[in-house]
Amino acid sequence: MNEAFANIRAIAKRELGSYFASPVAYVFIVIFLLLTGFFTFMAGGFFERGEASLMSFFLWHPWLYLFLVPAAGMRLWSEERRLGTLELLLTMPVTAAQAIIGKFLASWAFLALALALTFPVWLTVNHLGSPDNGVIVAGYVGSLLLAGAYLAITCMTSALTRNQVIAFILSVVICLFLVLAGWPPVTGFLASVGATGLKDFVAALSVMTHFEGFQRGVLDFRDVLYFATVIGFCLFTTGVIIRTHRAG
Amino acid sequence: MIKVENLTRTFGPKVAVNDISFAVERGEVLGFLGPNGAGKSTTMRMITGFIPPTAGRITVGGHDVVEQPIAAKRLLGYLPENAPSYTDMTVLGFLGFIADLRGLKGAARQAALDRAVDACFLENVVHQSVDTLSKGYRHRLCFAQAILHDPEVLIMDEPTDGLDPNQKHEVRTLIKRMGEKKAIIFSTHILEEVEAVCSRAIIIDRGAIVANGTPAQLKLRGETAGSVLLRVTGQPADAVKAKLEQLGPVRRVGVVAQSPAGAQLRVVPASREQAAETLAAVADLVAREHWRVEELRAEEGRLDEVFRGLTMPDTKPRA
Repeated sequence: MNEAFANIRAIAKRELGSYFASPVAYVFIVIFLLLTGFFTFMAGGFFERGEASLMSFFLWHPWLYLFLVPAAGMRLWSEERRLGTLELLLTMPVTAAQAIIGKFLASWAFLALALALTFPVWLTVNHLGSPDNGVIVAGYVGSLLLAGAYLAITCMTSALTRNQVIAFILSVVICLFLVLAGWPPVTGFLASVGATGLKDFVAALSVMTHFEGFQRGVLDFRDVLYFATVIGFCLFTTGVIIRTHRAG
Repeated sequence: MIKVENLTRTFGPKVAVNDISFAVERGEVLGFLGPNGAGKSTTMRMITGFIPPTAGRITVGGHDVVEQPIAAKRLLGYLPENAPSYTDMTVLGFLGFIADLRGLKGAARQAALDRAVDACFLENVVHQSVDTLSKGYRHRLCFAQAILHDPEVLIMDEPTDGLDPNQKHEVRTLIKRMGEKKAIIFSTHILEEVEAVCSRAIIIDRGAIVANGTPAQLKLRGETAGSVLLRVTGQPADAVKAKLEQLGPVRRVGVVAQSPAGAQLRVVPASREQAAETLAAVADLVAREHWRVEELRAEEGRLDEVFRGLTMPDTKPRA
């Protein structure tokens, strides 16, 4: 167990290091911060709302992550396959599961860092008024879980191909589906044609439905379970893909 | 140390490796020869646990590669084909990462890093990023990674590919030295390498083993093995040939080259067992006739002949 932990840590450390070895990490963080700023203050009407909350900040995360998270995660496995280092990694005394978890955690930690760097928004809202900081913490937790779910999907598509562009597009499409399934126009359409059961089922698959609670400050066990399930399922599938690829 | 039994691997309808068995003990260096696509890399990938076999069993140090992969991989050092490494890391960063995965800690870790850097001549580039390295350095880096934990078993897929002649020589010397205490398998296209380094060689063609023996044994299977090569000056080739043909144990005499100044001839004995006898007979004849001899030797046979004869059965090797 100790050894598994050491392996995961070594793999995560390398992966995290490789983000910062190139300009990728810095470009990503700057773009992420600029975009969150723009959406929160310009498009989200932070000031017009006249309330001390980060509603207009978190509102955009499912859309923002839609492109940024696949961009951050697309190289995770496709790069290993392109360089041939997959052969090196998987002939080390580590299990595929340790490698998958290590890589995922490194990438997730990177996204968490980018998210943590949005703290000026939190300072601003606390300076201007007295928001409910419990709601904000819940929002951050939800946002992190959301990023984790998108990232796990990207992990899976990245294992499918040695081409990063394909991995990116595939994961955007899958994430978009998970967003749209709970988007009011879609749920509204399904409800209008009378398919209430279908509407509820499709909406339950959506990240929107489950992210909503966090935005309102509600930490619902079912929502946490939803994100944990998506992450677990996608990482498991990543393992299956890698094994299938080796088995030829 | 390595035991391969009835190993088979198919990719769809294609049989890449077909029911091969062999064993490698400590102190042996096994050369893996074969044309491209013969199944060398596939076999090595199965031994190292990268791809699972379709059928058959592999054990490394007594551990089944499929059932106890971690225990088996711990004993292995592996240099994959094309020597991959993470291009965004420094040389030391990369080796450090491998040391972490190998579970090396503290002083042992530092000693292992120093030893590998030293053995592979990487001192000058330790702080350089891998993507700035030349092919030869990258190759040696991957080699360093394979020997980092001083493994008991080394599997190397074309370890000298892409190196310059000096580096090739150094790598061969290193393999030979390590082969005294380890079990080593390496694949190559370079036949002299097999003679220089291997204690045993396996020739594999279309997924099956076609020859298995020491380089000397393999060479005996060559067409010219045991024949006598003679070069004389000041004699017409035909006259020399006629005299040689009258010798007892001779099956055939061929003229290899001739010029007004002299001739080179090959004397093929009637059977391989009569090789020594033939050499003596030719030497006697030379003494009797007072020929001026530039060269007289028994041929050992050549690996490239054996290789071609075994892996291209449709084309007759030249005599």
